[in-house]
Amino acid sequence: MALADIRQRPGVLLGAAILLHVVLISAQVNTVSGLPVLQVVTFGSFAEVQRGTMAIVDGVRNFWSGYVALRQVHAENDALKHELQTLQVRLQQEHAEAQRTDNLRQLLELRERANLETTAADVIAAAASPEFRTVTIDKGTNEGLATDMAVISPAGVVGRVILPARRASKVQLLIDRNAAAGAMIERTRVQGVVEGFGDGTLRMEYVPGSSDVKPGDLVVTSGIDGIYPKGFVIGTIEQVGAGSGGYHQITVRPAVDFTRLEEVLVVRTLAASHQLPEGGE
Amino acid sequence: MRIVGAGVAILVALALQTTLAGLVIRGTAAIDLVLIVVVYIALKAGPVPGLAAGTVAGLIQDALSNPILGIGGLAKTMVGFLAGVLATQFILTGPLPRLVLLVMATVVHAAIFMGLYVLLDLRQFPNPVPSVIGQALGNGFVGVVTFQLIEWLPGFVDRRRAGRFLKR
Repeated sequence: MALADIRQRPGVLLGAAILLHVVLISAQVNTVSGLPVLQVVTFGSFAEVQRGTMAIVDGVRNFWSGYVALRQVHAENDALKHELQTLQVRLQQEHAEAQRTDNLRQLLELRERANLETTAADVIAAAASPEFRTVTIDKGTNEGLATDMAVISPAGVVGRVILPARRASKVQLLIDRNAAAGAMIERTRVQGVVEGFGDGTLRMEYVPGSSDVKPGDLVVTSGIDGIYPKGFVIGTIEQVGAGSGGYHQITVRPAVDFTRLEEVLVVRTLAASHQLPEGGE
Repeated sequence: MRIVGAGVAILVALALQTTLAGLVIRGTAAIDLVLIVVVYIALKAGPVPGLAAGTVAGLIQDALSNPILGIGGLAKTMVGFLAGVLATQFILTGPLPRLVLLVMATVVHAAIFMGLYVLLDLRQFPNPVPSVIGQALGNGFVGVVTFQLIEWLPGFVDRRRAGRFLKR
């Protein structure tokens, strides 16, 4: 039956016979390079098949990696973004920690240099009202803090404790309208009183108009107010003008950047304060 | 039965071809008895038997004489198939059509055979046309005569037997 079917298709038989002969001939004939034609043709044909297969595989792979796998890339991108945000936060934390360490190191140096009995404290809050220039620190009566204790920082005078609680205290900054400190001009030793002006600057009052004062002079605490130890930097004279009553009108730029106040030292005993070396810090 | 007869015819042709290899027309071409047998089988049985006969006969002939097995087989396969196709399409019972068919078959066979050898750079055939023409004419003449004898002989024998029977 099958033989009869094949005989009804002479073209198929002819093709098979031709193929048989071609294969047979190719197995015996060598190419110019000396290799059998069958081997060369078979290898060449199969190489083309391999090339085609590889092209298809590459196409599918490229399509997959370029389009389908983008869903995974999207998820990976989200994960990387989240990781980047986490790392950025961690970097900021590390940076803040380093800054805090640096600040603490400066405080420690200040404490050793001033030879004062002090308590380190962190600024934990600012004033609730813009009319008052105060901050809140995290130390209170539990740590021995009391009213009118001076608060200083490595940069200079910060203010004084005005409201100690058990575990926190309110500190009046020197730039507050109601703050004042005994001061003197370091270069000429002329004394006066530094008061807060409310706009972030200070005014040095009661400096005689005949005294030698010029912008750039350093203003330090005089110690006569019984609150601030003598010799701590208050600021630099920014402007000198003619005031009323024979006094200079002196504007002082604070040495402390009150907007970046983080760690401070509270001088617990004024009796322990000493005169610092001339010049300061 | 017909397959056996075809096989026998091929074997006889091969035997004669190998023993009468000196059959030369004008010293240029030998008559291809195997090709004649293949064409005859194709004429009588059609393209498929012609194809099969060409394949078998050509491969055996290649094995016996040609350096490359398959080239002669391929040529005779094509010739057997084409002759069978022509035989099914045209009336090829007269001597002249058969002569033409044999000439054409020889030319096609020579073209494929020589063409493959030249194409594969295995052998050169300088000035092949005269030898091909001579072989074609020889194959045609021998083939036509043989075909006529084969077809006339059984009838002749029967008539002789019938004549003897009537004389008695």
